[in-house]
Amino acid sequence: MQRVYFDNNATTPVLPEVFEAMRPYYGEHFGNASSIHHHGQETRAAVERARESVAELVGCRSSEIVFTSGGTEGDNLAIFGLATEGDHVITSTIEHHAVLNACKRLEAMGCEVTYIPVDGRGLVDPAEVRRGVRSNTKLISIMMANNETGVLQPVGEIGKIAAEAEIYFHTDAVQAAGKVAIDVKQIGCDLLSISGHKMNAPQGAGALFVRKGTILQPMLYGGSHERSRRAGTENVPGIVGLGRAAEIAKDALNDGSIANIEQMRDRLQQMLSSLEAAGVNGDGAPRVPNTTNIYFDHIEGEALVIALDLKGLAVSTGAACSSGAIEPSHVLTAMGLRAERARASIRFSLGKQNTEEEVEFALALVPDTVARLRELSPVYKKEALSQ
Amino acid sequence: MSNPKTIAVAMSGGVDSSTVAAVLRAEGHNVIGLTMQLWNQRRLAGHEGMPEAVQGRCCSLDDVYDARRVAETIGIPYYVVNHEQRFEDEVVRPFVQEYLSGRTPIPCSLCNNHLKFDQLLLVAQQIGADHLATGHYARVEFDAKRDRWLLKRPADTSKDQTYFLFGLTQEQLSRTLFPLGALTKPEVRALARQHGLALAEKPDSQEICFVPGGDYKRFLDAYLEEQGEALPDTAGELVTTGGDVVGEHHGIHNFTVGQRKGLGVATGSPLYVIQIKGDTRQVVVGNSDELYSDTLRVRRTNLIACAELDQPLRVTVKIRHRHEPAPATIEATGGDEIVVKFDQAQRAITPGQAAVFYDDDVVVGGGWIA
Repeated sequence: MQRVYFDNNATTPVLPEVFEAMRPYYGEHFGNASSIHHHGQETRAAVERARESVAELVGCRSSEIVFTSGGTEGDNLAIFGLATEGDHVITSTIEHHAVLNACKRLEAMGCEVTYIPVDGRGLVDPAEVRRGVRSNTKLISIMMANNETGVLQPVGEIGKIAAEAEIYFHTDAVQAAGKVAIDVKQIGCDLLSISGHKMNAPQGAGALFVRKGTILQPMLYGGSHERSRRAGTENVPGIVGLGRAAEIAKDALNDGSIANIEQMRDRLQQMLSSLEAAGVNGDGAPRVPNTTNIYFDHIEGEALVIALDLKGLAVSTGAACSSGAIEPSHVLTAMGLRAERARASIRFSLGKQNTEEEVEFALALVPDTVARLRELSPVYKKEALSQ
Repeated sequence: MSNPKTIAVAMSGGVDSSTVAAVLRAEGHNVIGLTMQLWNQRRLAGHEGMPEAVQGRCCSLDDVYDARRVAETIGIPYYVVNHEQRFEDEVVRPFVQEYLSGRTPIPCSLCNNHLKFDQLLLVAQQIGADHLATGHYARVEFDAKRDRWLLKRPADTSKDQTYFLFGLTQEQLSRTLFPLGALTKPEVRALARQHGLALAEKPDSQEICFVPGGDYKRFLDAYLEEQGEALPDTAGELVTTGGDVVGEHHGIHNFTVGQRKGLGVATGSPLYVIQIKGDTRQVVVGNSDELYSDTLRVRRTNLIACAELDQPLRVTVKIRHRHEPAPATIEATGGDEIVVKFDQAQRAITPGQAAVFYDDDVVVGGGWIA
């Protein structure tokens, strides 16, 4: 069966050239990057080269990059590394759970947290952030791009507000990295997390930009790795993969491959959102070029995801809980979608490996499947009859 | 297989439904495994009287893990579908409400009617399955003479689950498969071993899936506390069948008809709960003989073997899951009410439970005891 993967915001395949770059570090170059001998020097050099590549992707100095295990660790390190009991933290209602649940934990630890709402397009209003600032506000954590809708938040304006108020600003850029240009100076953030596996590097490798002079309380205690900001032997193959993927991602912004993804996304979005009782969530807001979140009223998104998977198309809806069942999307709910429409929404997220032919495959499949689901929907029948 | 069908299997992670999936797959059908996520056990964990950690079985990650392993072993696609909201609305809340009204509910029947053979069957159809198969011990067959789908008791009558399935409609039955209907439990376990299923020896589950340890009183407390609702004050009098007040009680939800222990009244002969009066909060107690009655009424009736009951019918009637069907005559009295007259008085007829009517091994229908 032909299988088409349009769930690149969940994870991406490791690019062949990334895998090739990693391969020697599983074999002949196996040293511990902290060792003083030849083997250690070899891997240390590889780690530092990767650090430079990642720094270049986000526009910082390489000494400001801390390698992590991924987005969740970066978000947690930024939040728990700065906030302590009595502090106030500002975040938004549409953050990834890596930030939201870390903030819930902060509240249990005696911090106050303000959750800034979003408008119908999924955008945080910077003025709301400014109004949320208090004398004890220690940190603002607002994501750069939302994982479900792809909506890009006004992080530059929020960065200015944070700078004026002398508050630390962290942005979760996991869904932005590799899709749009990132420059920590333009954003004005002090911390920025990225994850390798969302940008064609392997799972288990990520990075946190920490502006020089920012003192973080570490979360792991051990050796003095990563300038004592993250103890533990480096995941050298993963880091090498992340470095290579960062180089490719930077080139992709200018060599037409991101523009190509955007064209495919636009065609998919235009065709599907023009179906009866369908539309784009986050329409009217700036969005990353690979993502579209579309509602098909009167269906259960869960059933559509399963039906499409059985025909070979991988897409997703909401966030999965530990059993693998789909939970109602907190992001779409926060945007003011009624529960039925939130449950009827599907995310399509494209990647570098996708082709125009795959877009046509989806366009041949989705409308028929939506129509069949609607035919079987008791709600749809009732509404159709009442019209 | 000359005529392979697309069949969704409701997989609980237990031996029965796993074996159903394995058998249908081996027969060459196009099988899709589905598990319903119905209840988040973590919600009540740590509430007073509830276990700190998640212990109950309903939708436990262990069961999902087991079901997923089976799907992987036999090579079928497998999905978990979330019906938590519907389960809470259609099963948990009515369960709580019934106890607070002095009745003794059967959540499994509600779950079958409103979740398994409704929502899950709909998902099955939506994803392209012609049928939904489950691991219930029951049989379904089409009777051309009556032009009806029939629900029948299984070969292994000790595992008979038809009591919980009396609410199925003709439409639901027409799309349902019970592949274990002709098998005994030992045969099912043997099949599971034969198909290489690691869970072939997994013990059966008995308790109400969302109530840890079967302690429904603690569940009511914890659930209402979580909902921010106080447990309504349903304390009242303990009275005899003659109307004499013999004591007080702390709430009608603590009682079930037929219950003997925990009445807190010292008398010469053992006392039993005869009746729970929701409106006056009185719990009527009496001796063992007074538990017997030869008549009951059911409401919200569902008929399976016939479209309607136009004249009195001789049947056997089961008034709880572990009850030997007793001979009776049933008669419709208008609306969706049916009166059951037993040949011999039956012990502890309990409002909230179901009465299910049988003609030999055919389920005629059933309803909820008023």
